[in-house]
Amino acid sequence: MTAPAIDTGAAAAVGPEQTYFAALAEGTWRVQRCNACARSVFYPRLLCPHCGEQDLGWFTPSGRGTVHATTVMRRPAQAGGDLHLCLVDLDDGFRMMSRVEGVPPHAVRIGLRVQAAVAREGEQPLVLFHPVEVQA
Amino acid sequence: MSKTSPCRGAAAITGIGHAGLGAAHGFSEMEILAQAARNAVADAGLRMSDIDGLCTCSGSATMWAMPVAEYLGLRPAFVDSTMLGGSSFVAHLLPAIHALMAGTCNAVLVCYGSTQKTSTVNRSAVTRMRQVLDPQPYETPYQPMQPISAYALAASRHMHLYGTTREQLAEVAVAARAWARMNPLAYARDPLSVEDVLAARPVCDPLTVRDCCLLTDGAGAFVLVRSDRAQDGPHRPAYVLGNATEVWNRQVSSMDDLTVTAASVSGRRAYAMAGVGKDDVDLVCLYDAFTINTLLFLEDLGFCPKGEGGRFVSGGAIAPGGRLPVNTNGGGLSFGHPGMYGVFLVLEAVLQLRGAAGERQQNVDVALVHGNGGTLSSQSTAILGSAATL
Repeated sequence: MTAPAIDTGAAAAVGPEQTYFAALAEGTWRVQRCNACARSVFYPRLLCPHCGEQDLGWFTPSGRGTVHATTVMRRPAQAGGDLHLCLVDLDDGFRMMSRVEGVPPHAVRIGLRVQAAVAREGEQPLVLFHPVEVQA
Repeated sequence: MSKTSPCRGAAAITGIGHAGLGAAHGFSEMEILAQAARNAVADAGLRMSDIDGLCTCSGSATMWAMPVAEYLGLRPAFVDSTMLGGSSFVAHLLPAIHALMAGTCNAVLVCYGSTQKTSTVNRSAVTRMRQVLDPQPYETPYQPMQPISAYALAASRHMHLYGTTREQLAEVAVAARAWARMNPLAYARDPLSVEDVLAARPVCDPLTVRDCCLLTDGAGAFVLVRSDRAQDGPHRPAYVLGNATEVWNRQVSSMDDLTVTAASVSGRRAYAMAGVGKDDVDLVCLYDAFTINTLLFLEDLGFCPKGEGGRFVSGGAIAPGGRLPVNTNGGGLSFGHPGMYGVFLVLEAVLQLRGAAGERQQNVDVALVHGNGGTLSSQSTAILGSAATL
């Protein structure tokens, strides 16, 4: 019996997880969209959790989003102090965990419009968000 | 009540036991588990040699059923060590009932123990090891303080969508404490007010430390037998009328709606199996790891419309003397919470169905038990009933 081909899109020498973080480490944020059902897929997978198909392609999200849920993790100063944590709903059709920087953590409200930027903390590349400047 | 499932009332809990509640100085978690197991088996009027089915799991040991069987000297014909977090010991019911009905075994022991409070194991080392063994690479970089961060995010969403207030969340903790003050086995029995909860140390906004379950030691166990044997024991059996489990996600970031949990479906399925509705329920035992849980589960299990949980619990409505008795043992918030609390939900429901709950005794023929696991990740609902409900 032949094993089904693993189609992870272009340049699929490694799985979606390594593909995602390798791009992120180079400052490029790419996420998946299912070519079968047209829905965004986050986090990156080998098959679409919405329709079960394996035809997933990568795209560059706009990175615009809205804070969906928010908290401030109260931590002692020696543990790094208070840290923001939130879920962001991307205009690109998916939700992810992140944090908003550039404003005090207590000032972040649900509904705040934010923009993604790729950052790095030590060896860890990650996507963070900043408030979108509101036009006067 | 009509027969809706061949599993309805097919098995009953005839023995319960606990050990090492609070702080079990000098004892290992296997030792307190064994003591609780021994107590439950004796309470059922059985001997350990009568046990031929085993359900157990651990927050750290991935092959936990093996050392438990070895330690207790069991050679079980039926084993279920499904690990769904704190809901596990509710979720163990239906597979155990199937095994009993199939004749695979005759007496199932469900047991759990943890010494997380007094253990000398370095907890931050455990957290780091978990991140290696059970990676969540799309959440961990943001350093969430799990599990509380997930529940705080859900609380923020509930407050935003439904106008739920900080005070309403605090009412949950205050009600739990009021019940705990009537339970000599509860760990936290000091008076607690809404003001105390709000003024407590903030941990993860909007939740303070008094919105969080306790961190205690403790072991609990119960024995399940086919109903045709249930009358043989010394106590009134607690019949299992329904049980259903749902697992939708692991990570809070993967939830479709942070204010609607899989309890909305596990509850519906458990009610259908039991042939009862929420109006038939005399007692509710919910997994209150955090105050927001109680609101979410009261809504998802139909006791009030979605979004109304905060208003539903206001004015002492789930406290002693209120309209619905919830977590009469004091819950994870005030009775105790040894890592996973699910088994203690069952123990309280059985005690109340027996009429043996002392000062906090309610008039109970139908009890709803609801376990939660992970970060609102797994949900298991069970309906237990007295002989009158068969």
